[in-house]
Amino acid sequence: MQPKPRALSILDTVTAVLFVLATLMVFLYAPEEAVMGQVQRVFYFHVASAWVGMLGFLVAAVSGVVYLVKGDRKWDIVGLAAIEISLVFFFVAIVMGAIWAKPVWGEWWTWDPRLTTASIVELVYAAYIMLRQGIEDPDRRARFGAVYAILGFISVPLTFVSIRIFRTIHPVVIGNSDPTAKGSFDMSPKMLQTFLFSLFVFSFVFADLLWHRIRLGRLADKVEELRLKVTQ
Amino acid sequence: MFLDQGPIESTGYMIAGYAVIFGVMLIYLISLFVRTMNLKRDIEVLEDIESTDQRSSTSDQKPAS
Repeated sequence: MQPKPRALSILDTVTAVLFVLATLMVFLYAPEEAVMGQVQRVFYFHVASAWVGMLGFLVAAVSGVVYLVKGDRKWDIVGLAAIEISLVFFFVAIVMGAIWAKPVWGEWWTWDPRLTTASIVELVYAAYIMLRQGIEDPDRRARFGAVYAILGFISVPLTFVSIRIFRTIHPVVIGNSDPTAKGSFDMSPKMLQTFLFSLFVFSFVFADLLWHRIRLGRLADKVEELRLKVTQ
Repeated sequence: MFLDQGPIESTGYMIAGYAVIFGVMLIYLISLFVRTMNLKRDIEVLEDIESTDQRSSTSDQKPAS
């Protein structure tokens, strides 16, 4: 394996520092919300996690298109890496949302359009990981992965717009909430700064994890190649 | 009306939310590390097997003197 690039070490350090800063902003800089109290702080990393999820699914769809055009397996590795990271962060966003919902909505879960579409997205991409494992031929697996990542991405914008086009109790952060939404709040300047900074920091977290996961994917590819050689 | 009552007591939920994200991120980082180590070990073993196979096939091809 190639030694860890210096740029990656720098990215690791910058990301760690930014992540600590974002955490400090959430707990020490952003004010307590007047109605929801402390649980409102969950919102900053909840939205940022969902952002990482959606960003990764987009990267995977783009990688899928590039793979189908160029046929270079490295794009399959990028796509898989992006989906794995996104699955983790989308799961975190869903769980954090449920924890926020309990004191605000009075229940952990409701089959609201946003929650339902988010669950569908998570299941669609979990299926991607499982189905890939059932295909032995690497090129066939990569072709399947590319097409699946492109088609699966249709579910992502649907989740994003679900709270804007359907009647929902999920609040809209940017834009006007449905009158039936529960848990809406007006962001003070400090809240907005913390929110935007969290989104910015999580973009770094995504880039950093993606780079590491791509390196892992290359190693897995090499192992697969060696296994084929040895068994032949 | 709600403002008169002050914010609801929800600190426990906030702690639970952040425990989830920090916990899952930590587990994911550990999983990346462990998988990398396992793959590196697999590569070493497979390269050893490959070089042993190559040596034995070359010695098989040498004519007996």
